Amino acid sequence: MTREGKYVKYVSRMMTSAVGVVFVGREEKKKKKTTSKMADAMGSKPAETHVGKEKRKSATKRYWQNTELNDPVKTEDRNHEKDSENHETSENKTERKKKRKHGPQGKKFISGKKDPFPGPAPVPEEKIRKFQRGQTSIVANDMFSDGSEILKSTLKDAEETSKLATEKAARFDLLLSEDAGFLEADEGEETCTIAQDDIADAVDITSGTKYFNLSLTQFGPYRLDYTRNGRHLLLGGRRGHVSCFDWHSKQLMCEINVMETVNDVKWLHSEAMFAVAQKKWLYIYDNTGIELHCIRRFNDVLRMQFLPYHFLLATASATGFLQYLDVSVGKQVAATCTKAGRLDVMAQNPYNAIIHLGHPTGVVTLWSPNQREPLVKMLCHRGGVRSIAVDKTGTYMVTSGLDRKLKVFDIRAFRPLQSYFLPAGASCLSLSQRGLLSACTGDIVQVYKDVWGTPVKKPYMAHRVRGAVWGAQFCPFEDVLGIGHGEGFTSMIVPGAGEPNFDGLDSNPYRSVKQRQEWEVKALLEKIQPELISLDPDQLCKVDRATWEQRHQERVKQLGYDPLAKEKFTPRHKGKGRSSSGNIEKRKRQVAHEDQRELIRQTVEEKLAKEKEIKEKEKKKAQQGQRSALDRFKK
Amino acid sequence: MKVKVLCRNPDDYVRETTRDIQRVPRNYDPTLHPFEVPREYTRAMNATKLERVFAKPFVAALDGHRDAVNCMAKHPTSLSTLLSGSCDGEVKVWNLPTKKCVRTLQAHEGFVRGMCARFCGTSFFTVGDDKTIKQWKMEAPGYGEEEEPLNMILGKTVYTGIDHHQKEGVFATCGQQVDIWDEQRSSPIRSFTWGVDSVSCVRFNPVETELLASCASDRSIILYDMREATPLQKVIMNMRSNTLCWNPMEAYIFTCANEDYHLYTYDMRQLSMPIVMHSDHVSAVLDVDYSPTGKEFVSASFDKTIRIFPEKKSHSRSVYHTKRMQHVICVKWSLDNKYIMTGSDEMNIRLWKANASEKLGLLTTREKQAQNYSQKLKQKFQHHPQIRRITRHRHLPREIYSQRKELHVMKEARRRKPEVQLMCSERSGTALSPSKKKLSNVPSLLVSFFLKCKVLLAHHRS
Repeated sequence: MTREGKYVKYVSRMMTSAVGVVFVGREEKKKKKTTSKMADAMGSKPAETHVGKEKRKSATKRYWQNTELNDPVKTEDRNHEKDSENHETSENKTERKKKRKHGPQGKKFISGKKDPFPGPAPVPEEKIRKFQRGQTSIVANDMFSDGSEILKSTLKDAEETSKLATEKAARFDLLLSEDAGFLEADEGEETCTIAQDDIADAVDITSGTKYFNLSLTQFGPYRLDYTRNGRHLLLGGRRGHVSCFDWHSKQLMCEINVMETVNDVKWLHSEAMFAVAQKKWLYIYDNTGIELHCIRRFNDVLRMQFLPYHFLLATASATGFLQYLDVSVGKQVAATCTKAGRLDVMAQNPYNAIIHLGHPTGVVTLWSPNQREPLVKMLCHRGGVRSIAVDKTGTYMVTSGLDRKLKVFDIRAFRPLQSYFLPAGASCLSLSQRGLLSACTGDIVQVYKDVWGTPVKKPYMAHRVRGAVWGAQFCPFEDVLGIGHGEGFTSMIVPGAGEPNFDGLDSNPYRSVKQRQEWEVKALLEKIQPELISLDPDQLCKVDRATWEQRHQERVKQLGYDPLAKEKFTPRHKGKGRSSSGNIEKRKRQVAHEDQRELIRQTVEEKLAKEKEIKEKEKKKAQQGQRSALDRFKK
Repeated sequence: MKVKVLCRNPDDYVRETTRDIQRVPRNYDPTLHPFEVPREYTRAMNATKLERVFAKPFVAALDGHRDAVNCMAKHPTSLSTLLSGSCDGEVKVWNLPTKKCVRTLQAHEGFVRGMCARFCGTSFFTVGDDKTIKQWKMEAPGYGEEEEPLNMILGKTVYTGIDHHQKEGVFATCGQQVDIWDEQRSSPIRSFTWGVDSVSCVRFNPVETELLASCASDRSIILYDMREATPLQKVIMNMRSNTLCWNPMEAYIFTCANEDYHLYTYDMRQLSMPIVMHSDHVSAVLDVDYSPTGKEFVSASFDKTIRIFPEKKSHSRSVYHTKRMQHVICVKWSLDNKYIMTGSDEMNIRLWKANASEKLGLLTTREKQAQNYSQKLKQKFQHHPQIRRITRHRHLPREIYSQRKELHVMKEARRRKPEVQLMCSERSGTALSPSKKKLSNVPSLLVSFFLKCKVLLAHHRS
């Protein structure tokens, strides 16, 4: 594309966007009215109801009632719970009446009544567990029973503070405004048979627009990437077409053709910049499509991962190199030759920033920039590894291989959990924030739910796209799966995929430019150094229990010699011809084995003593042996 | 089919008008905030570095004296007032916010040896080389009036120090003996002597107000009770103590500044051993003053630096020096716990921040919160080697730096010597008994009640 063409396009886009703003405003107003009308209409038809429109028959449960009632039996079926709901609430009522009559320990009011709910409302146990960090009750252990009082009291204080913080966080959690999405089928129907069109029709208009297809037949197949807040989408066609847009408003930010093969595309820390792995080198563009950098140190890159908290762009190349680029300063942090050939399967562990590489031998290797060898090598498949995905808590890894198996591993314990056989095999694995797994076989995309729990029989959802799938990714904080394929891009609605409540200071889909700039400064200030990447990210606040010997050995290994070893004796130089080589050798021999002399002396003494003993014994024996026949009369 | 898809109303997340503040919904779910510990560590590291960047403790220099500043006194009720006396007998009253001298008076001939303000803040006392004790009004004389002392007592000997009682109209002076004076009388109501040497400093206990302590030039520290006829206890140290200061929060703890480069914190109830020996100075320590919280104290030294020590720590938290500051003779910690005043040989009074990196002036709530947060982070990661290295690093003038190294070598040699001797002697194999080791560190020697009796007897006999 020529520069003029770009310019023309840019201007035209400006104009359309300017007009578009006005229109959008009006349209939205209209939409709001229509939706409210539609909702009214739908509310009157009980047959077509969906969630939120259903009339509530019984009194709503308060959140603490749930925990009070079913302590041991928590894992009951949802249906069963619903059946018994009425019954339970009636029980509750009677209990409450009882409480009111007898009055627990509540305060008395002037009217003589007592507070039916004295004290702060209890927080459910599992909510508290969600916010707990590390182990508790150190003080209760006997470990410090003979320790100092000051230490004890400090520990106790710290524990109380953390307990308070946990409880407050759990309490705050109850106030979160959004609920996760879900999809439930009617009786005799499977969720995987529900078509995207039906879903799009059933949900409200704004959500319905999240299912769309982009028909881009010329430059496909497409790779894609969402920004960390899920607002912007980047598409990279194999034949050079790169475009990025705000997919909520469908507003195009830039569209270029790099006139080269595009292997992978990746957003950097914000929507202002993205990296494109082209045929030969790695390029970085800004969001208007201007080439910022061409990084010639990174050649033949096939896959990329961006570590947002470290500002590192990890690349895997066709030459077998794993390289890390610090995008905040533009320096290469590490370059490791994996010696494993072409690297086209890559994933990152969002919990500890470890890079997972899949190899044609069926091995998955784990890498950190601080070590030249892999941290872990796992044999996962009997054929080559096709795709890897790691969940956001860093507990589970899902891999698929050429042996047509889909396997789930616990990567904290490096233990296989589940193994599924998929007749056609799977590629392009992706895990959503709430643990849904998407697997693609040819042009079919399947979404599975809870693959690491009970063995899954059927997919949660399925969808057929127009071309072979080339890339798939769940959109963060949205119930959307983006699929790049040979015929363009499809955005698919997957209810229950995204985290409903985002954190405004971390990744905010609705942030303004100013907020983004502020966030950028803060994020850069707390950029984690690449040296801190390790399998356990909490290692920094743990006690280093390595013994002195271990540390010494490591030091010796690092230095290449033992710094504490005894110095070799070198005789002093003496003048007047006394430092002839013969003389020096003589003096050396005088102190030779001085450290062992004591030992040698002891062993020699022991030896002598033993010999003496033996001799005495022999003597005795000899004396006994000389007995004559007449000795028996001696007495 | 039942279906619900996430659909957020942007109105809930975007501010309504540009005049609003931005909405920031929070979710504290730990899985949404990965790398908690490394990020906190990075923050702590940044906070530590910034603390060192902003460590600019020097606030102002007050010049005006025509000779070295020999003593200073804090105003008990006004934070903005400081009194100082110099070696030419001049006393100046300073207004600290404006950094100006508001009043000058020629109080004595020769040195002003000591000064103190009355507890109510209406007048102050000075003693000088001319053997007089003078009481002055705090306010300047009106137009046409002459600068005259309210009261003047002519003594027989030179007075070297003075301190006022915290609640009553009683003050104490020291010289050849320690005298307790009533403000209304011209002769002391009580005099204490123990030995014949001169006493250089006397201080009232701010909590147990009837108690006093003094440093004498026979290397001793003596404790007195104002109500009793004889002194209470005496400690003799290896070298002379110059001054001492009581902890304003813990009645039984005091710290003395010694000639042997160290400061010693004692518990009054157990004088056999100091609680802590504070060492970092490389020359004699001349003055010491506690912060009003009693958690820290500041010491002034002949090595041209001042150091701030935590009360229970043996090494200083911070050291202040400038190129121009000479031997620091007196030091005071302001009563709002924010500033330190030093008077030095080259006629200047300097004002320092007590906390070098503290931001002065009003702070917004967010600033305060940020400060508290970074404080907590620093505390959490204080033992990590990188952070500890940065927090501990202080730039020192070259002479002090080399002297410290030298002193360290000497100390090491002294520590090693008995061990080496033992190793070379015939009794090698028997280790130094721990009690012996401990004793070798004891810098002072207790003269307790027995000695006191002996001395008293000797006095009676003579």
